[in-house]
Amino acid sequence: MFNILHAEFLAPGIKRFVIQAPRIARKQKPGQFVILRIYERGERIPITIESSDPQKGTIRIVVQSIGKTTHLLNSLNSGEGILDVVGPLGKPSEIENFGTVVVIGGGVGTAMAYPTAAALKHMGNRVVSIVGARTKELVILEEQMRTVSDEVIVTTDDGSYAAKGFVTDRLRELLEHEKVDIVLAIGPIPMMKAVAEMTRPKNIHTVVSLNPIMIDGTGMCGGCRVLVNGKSQFACVDGPEFDAHKVDFSVLTQRNASYREAEKQSMNEFLHETEEHACVAQEGTR
Amino acid sequence: MSGRSANPLHLKERIKLPRQNMPEQPPLERAKTFTEVNLGYSEELAREEALRCLECDKTTCADQCPVSVKVREFVQLIVAGDFLGAAAKIREDNALPAITGRVCPQEDHCEGACKLGKKGEPLGIGYLERFVADYEQRAGFRSLPKAPPTGKKIAIVGSGPSGLSAAGDLVQKGHTVHVFEALHEIGGVLVYGIPEFRLPKKIIREQVDYLRDMGVEFETDVVVGRTVSIDELMNVEGYDAVFIGTGAGLPVFMNIPGEHLNGVYSANEFLTRINLMHAYEFPVYDQPIAEIRGKDVGVIGGGNTALDAIRSALRLGARNAYIIYRRSGAEMPARKEEVKHARQEGVEFQMLTSPVAFLSDGGGRLKAARCVRMKLGEPDDSGRQRPVPIEGSEFELPLSIAVLAIGTTANPIIQSTTPSLKTNKRGYIEADAFSQRTSKRGVFAGGDIVTGSATVILAMGAGRRAAKSIHEYLSTGAW
Repeated sequence: MFNILHAEFLAPGIKRFVIQAPRIARKQKPGQFVILRIYERGERIPITIESSDPQKGTIRIVVQSIGKTTHLLNSLNSGEGILDVVGPLGKPSEIENFGTVVVIGGGVGTAMAYPTAAALKHMGNRVVSIVGARTKELVILEEQMRTVSDEVIVTTDDGSYAAKGFVTDRLRELLEHEKVDIVLAIGPIPMMKAVAEMTRPKNIHTVVSLNPIMIDGTGMCGGCRVLVNGKSQFACVDGPEFDAHKVDFSVLTQRNASYREAEKQSMNEFLHETEEHACVAQEGTR
Repeated sequence: MSGRSANPLHLKERIKLPRQNMPEQPPLERAKTFTEVNLGYSEELAREEALRCLECDKTTCADQCPVSVKVREFVQLIVAGDFLGAAAKIREDNALPAITGRVCPQEDHCEGACKLGKKGEPLGIGYLERFVADYEQRAGFRSLPKAPPTGKKIAIVGSGPSGLSAAGDLVQKGHTVHVFEALHEIGGVLVYGIPEFRLPKKIIREQVDYLRDMGVEFETDVVVGRTVSIDELMNVEGYDAVFIGTGAGLPVFMNIPGEHLNGVYSANEFLTRINLMHAYEFPVYDQPIAEIRGKDVGVIGGGNTALDAIRSALRLGARNAYIIYRRSGAEMPARKEEVKHARQEGVEFQMLTSPVAFLSDGGGRLKAARCVRMKLGEPDDSGRQRPVPIEGSEFELPLSIAVLAIGTTANPIIQSTTPSLKTNKRGYIEADAFSQRTSKRGVFAGGDIVTGSATVILAMGAGRRAAKSIHEYLSTGAW
């Protein structure tokens, strides 16, 4: 059991956890992730590590409620625990002095982009971060990103905060007046794909962090295979970061939809159960 | 002949006795459930079968056993009615008898060497082993005597058959033994790979609990090479020796068109979802698997893993269940009993057949496999005849699920994080075939991470050899 020491919502449906995991905290590097299983009948899901504190033996993760497992996870609070947390998995991000780096975080992807941005900044790069979200209240870690960036550009799809538009709109503007050596994009698949298409004609090296369905996270199952440069690669051992210009995003989208029906069923039953619980609890208080 | 024999029968009488069949669930009933196929011998059946043993002076059966189980001796104890004594006798050499009694390919080892098999059927050594192991479990395990503590600490990396076997031997010698497992359950391939109907999880838990009672420590959720390195285990955590038994590696894909379609699985993934994650109990368990009920399923490969996968698919309600194998039945590496069971349950064997492409339904899901028929040509490196495609024989086999069970390659995690560990050109760890020593002082390796995919019992044999040489190394300090 891995104890939750602290839990707080960063935005509606997006929660940050501080988890006691000394072994993982000692080894974690930017770009790596954990696989966790909440309870005995739970599934295994990968979640990127936002940061770690080797002295305290803790790691921080940021989770967005999407399906049953993430909803269940986000219902947990400090003092509770997660049955299994294993990691750090995957290859760490390549951290070098590239020059000028644009780090793009879309939605909860910002939490995953943060440690790499911090390491790149530490390495002496000029770091320009673009933080995108659907709407104002979903913008996360803006201040935190400022501490590791030379410049932070915020954008919301609906214009409710900062500039209106997509991260690619901001990227386009940036590329017009600045020489960019490398782009790192972490977020929803359509966003990463759009970024890749924008940098491809300009030949700017672009890295994306992929999030396929995973089980063991050690290369054993091959479920996380992605098509990169026409070849099968395992995101858990060969990635999760890949050259965006070589990734087949349509295969990733298609494979991530493999269990959509089952996921819906799980989610509906979960909501139904929690409603029943809520009703019982309400009746109890009357 | 051994003087301690309690066998009242003359050798000529023994030869005439028929081999006692293993009681099993009726094929069509069992093909719907994950409960165990074989039901096990009764005491009467076990004694009847044990009476057949010729008690040869030259025990070729034991010689052919990768862990050197004293077959004649334990069978004699069954004849004498001392079932617990028989169990203890097996345990001297085999830490996991309830498991090997179920999954070991006896025809390749002890039973293959049994003299009875020359003219008739060999002694049912596997069935007898299983019987005494189960008998012992019901009666309550008796701990084996343990040597006084040596103060030495050994890390075992991986809790599969090689690791558990090494752990059992080393704890008996008085060492502190700590087993690291990457997954959330102990047992490695026994848990994620071999299905419930062939090896119930309960059996594995009992065997692991026995090791725990003996003093073996287990830690799950540790991927050695990522969570902690081999060097850290030795230099920071104070382990005097390390055994690497991380097992089969990354699944091999065929690199044919359509392999990324939804519905195409590696056998490792397919079986892990079902066995480790209980996808067959979805939605009670959360991990899903593709809908199989009423669908056509094809498994590519001819080994035990392939048969485990297709028989699992049948149990999940597959309409048609195919084994697609590029050679002929004679070359199939699977255990004979599994092939027989699969046939009885209704698996259809598409022999001398290989897929050349997986076809999409237009929406990213598998619809069919385009296959080609093969013929056997010249022998290849393995000595088996190489399958050669027959021109113009292509046909489409409708499939909603395809499972690739065509082998694995070395997992690179430990090797890439332990620079002083030598690997061969295929990426497997180099280890001496007898001492299991690697190129790194104090580090031993065995099982699939050294040999590539093999069997449970061969991995256990490597674990035992490693335990023996780890003990020697820790006793003498000589490398």
